[in-house]
Amino acid sequence: MSDPILELTGVHTDIAQYHILQGVDLVVPRGGVTMLLGRNGVGKTTTLRTIIGHWQAKSGSLRFDGADITTLPTPARARAGIGFVPEDMGIFSDLTVEENMILAAASGPLDQARLDWIFAAFPPLRTFWRSEAGNLSGGQKQMLSIARAMAEERQLYLIDEPTKGLAPAIISTMAGALRDLKNKGASILLVEQNFAVAKALGDTAAVMDDGRIIWAGRMAELAGDAALQERLMGLTMEAH
Amino acid sequence: MTNAAPDHAPKYAQLSLPDRIGKAMPLLLVPILVVLGFLSIGSPSSWLTLTVSGLAMGMMIFIMASGLTLVFGLMDVINFGHGAFISVGAYVGISVLLGLESWTGVPSLLLNVAAVLAAVIAAMCVTGALGWGFERVIVRPVYGAHLKQILVTVGGLIVIEQMIHVLWGPDEIYLTRPETLKGAVTFAGAAIEKYRLLAVVFGLALFVAMRLVLKRTKIGLIVRAGVQNGEMVEALGYRLRLVFIGVFIAGSALAGLGGVMWGLYQEVITAGMGEEMMILVFIVVIIGGLGSVEGAFIGALLVGLLQNYVAFLEPKLALISNIALMTAILMWRPQGMMPVVKAK
Repeated sequence: MSDPILELTGVHTDIAQYHILQGVDLVVPRGGVTMLLGRNGVGKTTTLRTIIGHWQAKSGSLRFDGADITTLPTPARARAGIGFVPEDMGIFSDLTVEENMILAAASGPLDQARLDWIFAAFPPLRTFWRSEAGNLSGGQKQMLSIARAMAEERQLYLIDEPTKGLAPAIISTMAGALRDLKNKGASILLVEQNFAVAKALGDTAAVMDDGRIIWAGRMAELAGDAALQERLMGLTMEAH
Repeated sequence: MTNAAPDHAPKYAQLSLPDRIGKAMPLLLVPILVVLGFLSIGSPSSWLTLTVSGLAMGMMIFIMASGLTLVFGLMDVINFGHGAFISVGAYVGISVLLGLESWTGVPSLLLNVAAVLAAVIAAMCVTGALGWGFERVIVRPVYGAHLKQILVTVGGLIVIEQMIHVLWGPDEIYLTRPETLKGAVTFAGAAIEKYRLLAVVFGLALFVAMRLVLKRTKIGLIVRAGVQNGEMVEALGYRLRLVFIGVFIAGSALAGLGGVMWGLYQEVITAGMGEEMMILVFIVVIIGGLGSVEGAFIGALLVGLLQNYVAFLEPKLALISNIALMTAILMWRPQGMMPVVKAK
């Protein structure tokens, strides 16, 4: 694979006394959606948090867009072009939707054309533009969380379970927005438990177990091989 | 899968009347207390005097507490050293005023206010710089460790108090207010000290300015967001560490401003005055809700008004009135009136 946007080599991360990532080797190609899959508790969220810098890797290296970011603090990684949507959405609930979006545009004022694109993807955000984000429904908060990452052009988006707990109609909206983002040329590393979404969006996939990547390849290959799914994750796509 | 949003048109449900009252209740507490004070005191002139006095005291406590609540909320730092900035601010400001006796001793409002402003600016510059050093040397090594924070910041407080003794001597310093701020004006039969009116105006102006900065500027947005979820603010690309330092410096400078105002109010300053004020300041921060400037403002007014009313009605109860207020509010709202940060 030539010129990946992100490359993790032998990354180990500890959280308190727990050794969570135990030598993660991961390559995220430039452009397209890479699915990060695996059972609960295998280290997917820790991998994303290590990439954005919320947790520092104990050893190993992280290269983003050709540069070593292993020791960079979180704000520097974000300014380098990494957007992050955490599992808990990270919404500033006492701020309005508008204020959340203004903050998301860290390098200057919100671009109107980009905002129109976001409103087209997530119409409720226009409806509740001046409302406190804490009063939004779960689905609307998730829309805001992703919209915030979309407020500025990023080279890589780290998105952690964006469809968790959402109704099918909202999941469809999310998937549409992510596909739109991908079509604009962005690279996305997506943690997702919903296999229908993973299958629909993923170009490549990496499967984790016990803090390591145990398989990496084309998403279509994984989706089409029930035995491989069973071996890697203990389940099959048909189950979903 | 399509790129269509859900076709329903969601609307907020209207809150019920009890819910709306419950939400607005902290804002109603000050007017309710003022009315209760009027009904209990009986004499309108005494009530007016006590109310202005309580508001003035509340405003000065707010000035001292506003910085601490932001430091508490944004940085999760319990800074007992905040009291030292109050004392240092008072000493620096009063030293400037004593040096400007030719301005303060003449009955010219312009010169008197200019002298007070010079004292305030000097105090804020010195305490802001002191705060920067304090954060760098004392607080930075103990981020995230509450017990160590208490120990080292109390240590820092003691060291700074002793340095005040070294620089200004061990005795209290008595002072008189500038000429035009002495005495009282009579309004509706009530004698209202001129300085208290100035303190109310100063406090209100500061509150409005802080609200404008916090609500209308990007740095204010970053601070408010940082109080709620600092990790996410960093993930958006903002160097929260720099904001931390800026808030700590601003909080220290505000404590210095409060020190000057309090020193002029009491007309005597001591090295331990900040430490003594910290009890009231912490009460205000806690009942207001950690990280909330609005909560600190309401809390400070409640503390100031209640102390003045109770001291008039039942002087012996004045000693426990603020603790009773804190107990009552925490039983009603354990996180304080308007918490921005949940207590950990």
